Amino acid sequence: MSLPFDVAAVRADFSILETEIDGRPLVYLDSGATSQKPRAVLDAEREFLERANSAVHRGAHTLAAEATELFEDARVTVAEYVGAEPEQLVWTSGATAGLNLVAGSLGYAGRLRAGDEIVVTEAEHHANLIPWQELAARTGARLRHIPVLDDGMLDLHAAADLIGERTKVVAFPHVSNVLGIVNPVAKLVTLARGVGALTVLDACQSAPHLRLDLPASGVDLAVFSGHKVYGPYGIGALWGRDEVLESLPPFTTGGSMITTVTLDTAEYLPPPQRFEPGTQPVSQAVALAAAVRWLGAHDLDAAHAHEAALEKRMREGLRSIDGIRLLGDADAAERVALQAFEVQGVHAHDVGQFLDSRGVAVRVGHHCAQPLHRRFGMTASVRASAAIHTTEDEIDTFLDAVSGVRGFFGAGA
Amino acid sequence: MSGLESLYQELILDHAKNRRGFGLAAPGARSATVHQRNPICGDEITLRVELSDDGERVASVTWEGAGCSISQSSASMLVALLQEDGGDEGMAKADVEALIAQFREALRSRGKVPLDEETFADAAALSGVSKFTARVKCAMLAWVALEEGLRQA
Repeated sequence: MSLPFDVAAVRADFSILETEIDGRPLVYLDSGATSQKPRAVLDAEREFLERANSAVHRGAHTLAAEATELFEDARVTVAEYVGAEPEQLVWTSGATAGLNLVAGSLGYAGRLRAGDEIVVTEAEHHANLIPWQELAARTGARLRHIPVLDDGMLDLHAAADLIGERTKVVAFPHVSNVLGIVNPVAKLVTLARGVGALTVLDACQSAPHLRLDLPASGVDLAVFSGHKVYGPYGIGALWGRDEVLESLPPFTTGGSMITTVTLDTAEYLPPPQRFEPGTQPVSQAVALAAAVRWLGAHDLDAAHAHEAALEKRMREGLRSIDGIRLLGDADAAERVALQAFEVQGVHAHDVGQFLDSRGVAVRVGHHCAQPLHRRFGMTASVRASAAIHTTEDEIDTFLDAVSGVRGFFGAGA
Repeated sequence: MSGLESLYQELILDHAKNRRGFGLAAPGARSATVHQRNPICGDEITLRVELSDDGERVASVTWEGAGCSISQSSASMLVALLQEDGGDEGMAKADVEALIAQFREALRSRGKVPLDEETFADAAALSGVSKFTARVKCAMLAWVALEEGLRQA
């Protein structure tokens, strides 16, 4: 049963939103970096630790059984959130770990050789770029990229030319963490499938804002981070198709992922346990399940409509301020409420400091996407990213603050 | 003075716009060129220091770079300070090293150790930065580059 969408009620679940910055109410527009966590998530983690904490998948005592059950129930809940089966969901410490797992495992498996190609995009977060650089360097494969057009959209003509018979992997973001644009997953999947390449989706910026059905999306593997979906730090997930996960050897190895071990050899459990060596982030998994349950208790269609209205207000507001250059300003694109921009004549760091003095928290810098910033001829930008709890008034406070920046710094005077 | 105004004093905004020592001088017999960057925000500076023939004095400091107003004004103020206090023959290398150490100590003091105007001239306006720990690196960028340059020259 879902609740009618009421942003005031949503906000009441986040104590941190009552914070004041120098006497002004906090306007948190940095959810793209990390989301705030509702009370239900904090309660779930504490309750687990106070009542059920124990080592999972071992031990015959009551608590061990209870902890294992909660841990595996969490897997079911989080898998459901992305439309998947629990056996397809591997716990990781976050998206970065998930992507390193995939790239590393493909390397171990000898699935790439000199002459093969890995295709990424120019809009990649470093986490979905550097593991592929490393894999290319170690295997002799060539790393290529799909260019980003001036309006922030991927150049699909170039993609069609780039993705060919040498392509073994196509990795791309569902939503760029700088541009906020939802990339055409189905089109890229079609191109990749046409040449038998594996597709890897970075779903970090879509998981908190869009309904995901990973199996239906056509991709082979996908990752996201818990801390951006209103969940705790230190937990994330890798999703993969059964046959794809089955085909991958373990990347990190150790306890809990084996069946039989001798001094010379080991046999491994099937996925997902094959990829989960050592002690798992159990309380974090339980809390992440609480996060997606909390999210799912709302009318998500209404919540998404709310976020879409915020996106429009933010982008149109920024456009109407003099001296603002938006990164990724394609009208045609489907987007999430995340917008990076430059204030001409004022460095991003200074903009962020000025906004902070108005209580507005934004991200400044390259947002772990240096190649994309270089493509737009800058080293740093300002990024505002909203969440389910953001209000229209907060967007207005943000816009009002942005419109004061150039005057304060004497830019364009 | 509000927090923001204590950070961005007029003097800072002025130096950020009219940058002293901006534009690298041609390299000389006793010069060193250093590149420093702040990986967090991508700010960068290339600084060239030229020593006197005997290597005892700092003859000139020039720089190029891009960054926030704090990093830009700090580099400009550093050059202005060396020019004013060093006069024609330049400040003694040992004194410059001591200045850098003192500047670092003040900026890392979280507002406890102010920069006095007598010693630091315009750069004393950067005292306010020490309360904004995220910005200390911005203000230190040029000074760290000069420190490294003195080691190499």
